[in-house]
Amino acid sequence: MKNVLGREIPESIQGYGTVKPFKGAFESLGNVEKKSVQLRSIVPGESKILSSIREAMEKCNIKDGMTISFHHHLRNGDYVLNMVLEEVANMGLKDIKVAASSIFPIHAPLVEHMRNGTVTGIYANYMSGPVAEAISRGELKNPAIMHTHGGRARAIQAGDLKIDIAFIASPTCDSYGNINGVQGPAACGSLGYAIPDALYADKTVAITDNLVPYPASPIEITQEYIDYIVEVDSIGDPKGIVSGTTRITRDPVGLKIAKMTSQVIEASGLLKDGFSFQTGAGGTSLAVAAYVKELMKEKEIVGSFAAGGITGYIVDMFEEGLFKSLFDVQCFDLKAVESYRDNKNHQGMSASMYGNPHNKGAVVNNLDVMILGATEIDTDFNVNVTTGSNGMIMGGSGGHSDTAAGAKLSIVVTQLMRGRLPIIVDSVTTVTTPGESIDVLVTERGIAVNPQRQDLIEKLKDTNLPVMTIEELKEMAEEMTGIPEKIQLDDKIVAVVEYRDGTVIDVVRKIKD
Amino acid sequence: MERLRRTMLFMPGNNPSMLQSAGILGADSVILDLEDAVSITEKDSARILVRNAIKNINFYDTEVVVRINPLSSGFGIKDIEEVARVKPDALMVAKATEEDISTVCGMLEKIEEEEGFEKGSIKLFPLIETAYGIENISSIIASSYRVIGVLLGAEDLTADLGIKRTREGEEIFYARNKVASVCRAYKISAIDTPFADMDDIEGFKKDIQKAKSLGLTGKAAINPRQIDTIHEIFAPSLEEIDYAKRVMKATEEAKKEGIGVFSLDGKMVDAPIIARAEDILKNARLAGLL
Amino acid sequence: MEIKVPAKAGTMESNDIYIMIQPNDEGGIQLDLESIVMAQFGKQIKETILATLEELDVKDAHIIAKDRGALDYTIRARIETAVKRAI
Repeated sequence: MKNVLGREIPESIQGYGTVKPFKGAFESLGNVEKKSVQLRSIVPGESKILSSIREAMEKCNIKDGMTISFHHHLRNGDYVLNMVLEEVANMGLKDIKVAASSIFPIHAPLVEHMRNGTVTGIYANYMSGPVAEAISRGELKNPAIMHTHGGRARAIQAGDLKIDIAFIASPTCDSYGNINGVQGPAACGSLGYAIPDALYADKTVAITDNLVPYPASPIEITQEYIDYIVEVDSIGDPKGIVSGTTRITRDPVGLKIAKMTSQVIEASGLLKDGFSFQTGAGGTSLAVAAYVKELMKEKEIVGSFAAGGITGYIVDMFEEGLFKSLFDVQCFDLKAVESYRDNKNHQGMSASMYGNPHNKGAVVNNLDVMILGATEIDTDFNVNVTTGSNGMIMGGSGGHSDTAAGAKLSIVVTQLMRGRLPIIVDSVTTVTTPGESIDVLVTERGIAVNPQRQDLIEKLKDTNLPVMTIEELKEMAEEMTGIPEKIQLDDKIVAVVEYRDGTVIDVVRKIKD
Repeated sequence: MERLRRTMLFMPGNNPSMLQSAGILGADSVILDLEDAVSITEKDSARILVRNAIKNINFYDTEVVVRINPLSSGFGIKDIEEVARVKPDALMVAKATEEDISTVCGMLEKIEEEEGFEKGSIKLFPLIETAYGIENISSIIASSYRVIGVLLGAEDLTADLGIKRTREGEEIFYARNKVASVCRAYKISAIDTPFADMDDIEGFKKDIQKAKSLGLTGKAAINPRQIDTIHEIFAPSLEEIDYAKRVMKATEEAKKEGIGVFSLDGKMVDAPIIARAEDILKNARLAGLL
Repeated sequence: MEIKVPAKAGTMESNDIYIMIQPNDEGGIQLDLESIVMAQFGKQIKETILATLEELDVKDAHIIAKDRGALDYTIRARIETAVKRAI
């Protein structure tokens, strides 16, 4: 069958089940239910502290076929996932499903666990590196399931993703399971992505390298959700925790895109007191923030909030009084960690509060402007950030679809071509975010507005910005690059891309070597 | 065609990435460099790459100038032979003398005829960077009707003078005056030497202001990030534009009423003031400020 | 044009292509191409290289090309430079 975007998807996928096709960004919402959680009460006198991960798994009655979960705030410095899976393999367990909010190159040992059948399923919102590549080559038994950040929270809350045991990498944990992310050698700031896991998993195990006397302060994840605590030497490498991309680009083309984007924001009329804003940590996105900062200062605008993964750059804007508050689901650098620890207006949010579409309103719904990236964008404005143009998985939605759906103005910023590859295509390799959620595309050679936003087209007419159709932009690139040949992919489905509401927006097929 | 030449951005000639983005960085002109930015062993490859780029890449409204090697080097003649055939807007001639300019002009006459280009369509931009050049700038400009502007090269000039190049630039005060004055006399562009320190933003702004105040009409840039600052300073200010508009309006009214001499804000308005106002409005129009 | 000596042109930087050319004793054109966009543009790059060689009247040569996303104008320029250095 074809879903509403014209993507060819089977009605049922082996290892996934029946497909609920994507029908539109807000078509599959309404009255929903939260799942109930089974738990075992802890009585006075009982200790939660165990001596090893192995012991914790035994106490949790881990069995073949179970789903275990991880959060990704330690990013490419995370030791916990590898540590736990090594033990899982040592115990001879099979058919384990790994629900990691994101997977990074450091998680390469997972590939071997996939090959020998220890791990047969993976859920992730984002993945890059050897695991993603192995999945693309068809080395995982069942198709991986790719969520959005908000969609993962929804899936957990609705019971679509049932977690048997959640392992919470805890930079600080006290002896009764109160956790924070702002103290300890692996301090990473907000623990927003771990919260749904802690709330809904059958069993929750805190893994920490900074076990402190009761009570910890501050507390982000509370004792009432934690079954066991295991102390280890180190949960992560701080160098890998800090994202490598949190610097403003020096590339003149990126700067030009950023400057034009700030002019689009200005022309949209949204840049006024109470302005709310989110941008990724990429160099061009940060450069947009830099130009927006200048405009806000010049016009003496005080914004309401900035949200998302928070970088030191956004913290600077906040500290200069340009935003009254920050909503932080993960910190991208140490400056953000310090601010999150010290400033009460720098507030944490869970993945659910951030983007879960089943909520009584997520933070993304209150966003004015969102700056997004794209690996590919098609002439219907559908965006791919999941696969590279060779079909290999190299990312995933993260918060892309969530913020695009929520924000009043979603702007994709990208170079018109990357090397010889044109970014605008007739049909993206994989749809991550539907075109209906994308309002504007800004490239160094021109700006295209989604035709459904006639109001914005009118507003941009009064500027001297180079506005044109997306087809014209595509032709402009192809005049330089030539028309790329379509890549050949295998029929086998290696990943299912779920939209934030749990419907299937697309599938990823195995690459041909 | 009349055009603004506030910024001339240098781009290394042997770098495909830079050549491809040259037309979108916002500079009024780009100088595709075959000289200092290209090592002696890559002169041939840069020459061919630049030729192909001019033929195939869209530079939009950006003026395309190619800086060729000095004729004395042996590379210069080859540069002209290769590059002039794809009709760049202008050639920039390094360490130009009267003889160089007339030699290049002669070669261009021949190439234009062979290629069927309109005679004189490829312009010339002498680079004045020697003491000889400064003292003979007038006759260098007069050596060809193709000359549309001059670029002052302060690094080579101060080396030739045996003096130190400083951040403040007092040592090139005379050269700047000379270039500005002679170029204004010929009604051609007078382009100031580039500013090298990307980190000294205040020094950079002062340097641009100084050049503008001495009558230079634009400035060379060595990094795209310098463009916006140069444009801001060289653009007529809103006050200047406003005053110029009022001068023109008062002039109209005076004309209607048959008054020869009149005053505005208590100051007499005469021909030079009107000419200046016209000039400001013309530049504002070209800069898209009107 | 006859390829007499081995020669190189271009760089391994992005948007460029690195060309090595040498005489081909077996006659004809032998082209070994690597490209970061092989799947999407391999055929077009080969065609461009072969067309440029034909324009330069090169009939026998062994060419090793390592492409880093060069546009056609760059591919043509680097081939021409390599050939002119090799004759």
